[in-house]
Amino acid sequence: MAGTAVRGRLNTWLTATVGAVSDETARVRTLRLEVPGWAGHRAGQHVDIRLTADDGYQAERAYSIASAPGEPLAITVERLDDGEVSPYLTEEVREGDELEVRGPIGGYFVWEPSLSAPLLLAAGGSGVVPLRSMLRERLRAGSTVPVRLLYSSRSLDDVIYRKELDAAPAGVEVIHALTRSQPPGWTGYARRVDKRMLAEVAWPAAPPDGASKPLAYVCGPTSFVEAVAAGLVDLGYPPVRVRTERFGASGL
Amino acid sequence: MPPVSRGFHRKRQEVPADRVPPGQYVTRDFPVLSAGPTPRTALSRWTFSVEGGHEPKSWTWEEFRALPSEKLTTDIHCVTRWSKLDTAWEGVSLDVLLTGLEHDASYALAFSDGGYTTNVPVADLLGGKAWVAFGYGGGPLGAEHGGPARLLVPHLYFWKSAKWVRGLRLLAEDQPGFWENYGYNMYGDPWREQRYEGD
Repeated sequence: MAGTAVRGRLNTWLTATVGAVSDETARVRTLRLEVPGWAGHRAGQHVDIRLTADDGYQAERAYSIASAPGEPLAITVERLDDGEVSPYLTEEVREGDELEVRGPIGGYFVWEPSLSAPLLLAAGGSGVVPLRSMLRERLRAGSTVPVRLLYSSRSLDDVIYRKELDAAPAGVEVIHALTRSQPPGWTGYARRVDKRMLAEVAWPAAPPDGASKPLAYVCGPTSFVEAVAAGLVDLGYPPVRVRTERFGASGL
Repeated sequence: MPPVSRGFHRKRQEVPADRVPPGQYVTRDFPVLSAGPTPRTALSRWTFSVEGGHEPKSWTWEEFRALPSEKLTTDIHCVTRWSKLDTAWEGVSLDVLLTGLEHDASYALAFSDGGYTTNVPVADLLGGKAWVAFGYGGGPLGAEHGGPARLLVPHLYFWKSAKWVRGLRLLAEDQPGFWENYGYNMYGDPWREQRYEGD
């Protein structure tokens, strides 16, 4: 399974034209990218984006792919105020602008519909982006694996893909944790993800009667991923069943 | 000619071109990238092994820490495009660990707790270019950054500096490690931007 989808095309930069742009939250935006020659991707992979200024200056960053395989390529970008690329992609760019992409990149933090294990997805903030690609791929492929998404956000207004997650299809449970502020009457979790929360939400590490062992994908800031991954191992998840993707504060 | 992205301009300061490889930006943070949970191995069960030589070698933590070590300050470059300048490390040089070891190998595969592997030519491990580091920033190396000990090969992209390293397998022929199997470059020279296969 290793590597087959990523080899061969990576050293080619392709010109992308920005298509529809939609705001997810006040700081987060999804961009459709029209990329002639794009070879397709797998759910969970990312893409390198390169911007070129009129004086020739270039900047490159990696972004998780938000769309499912088979859908038009889309990325979701969170604005980081001291960043160089994300403010451009969230504030300046508009439909018809050109940039470059290469990829897809990454082959480990990937979910395939052929995997039958119950899925535990855990997202901190914009870490939800590659997990959303997996959710859409599950739906698109007609997979019926049960999914729980534990999604930590600062507030309800910071929840990315909120409408889509509110309308999650059968078999997908979305459990929110709002860490900083909660709307009146909020009955969900109102704290950071901790071991007790994981014990309540996560599929049992050792399911009864020989059912498939769960598979976990965890994406978010380092502190979130460290806490969730360590918590799952404490709950009995084998480390190889916990796939992680982290971004530091400087992952601009 | 790459297309110009309308309205995009440099915001970051110019970086010294002799310190920062192409496509990199300088960060003051120390981001973490790992594919799975952070392993926690008790020092009493830790060993560092060199396999594939004419005779296998292995050190316990106490034996490893009794080896001559050195302090060094170096720049590190991650394939995800951050570079961190003037990082301070303490570790045992691979020259010390491999000295006197008879072998016919040209390549090494570093292996780690958690199953991570990465390949490095033996020549890149010798001559004062690589260490097994146990100290960072004047203290012990934290687990999230690869402690108790990680490989440190700062002249290559940082995924070659395997966290939680437990040993080297010496090989006659090059063999891809974990990320290399997923399309990352077999060598990983940041100055030649060898990020992916074919770069």
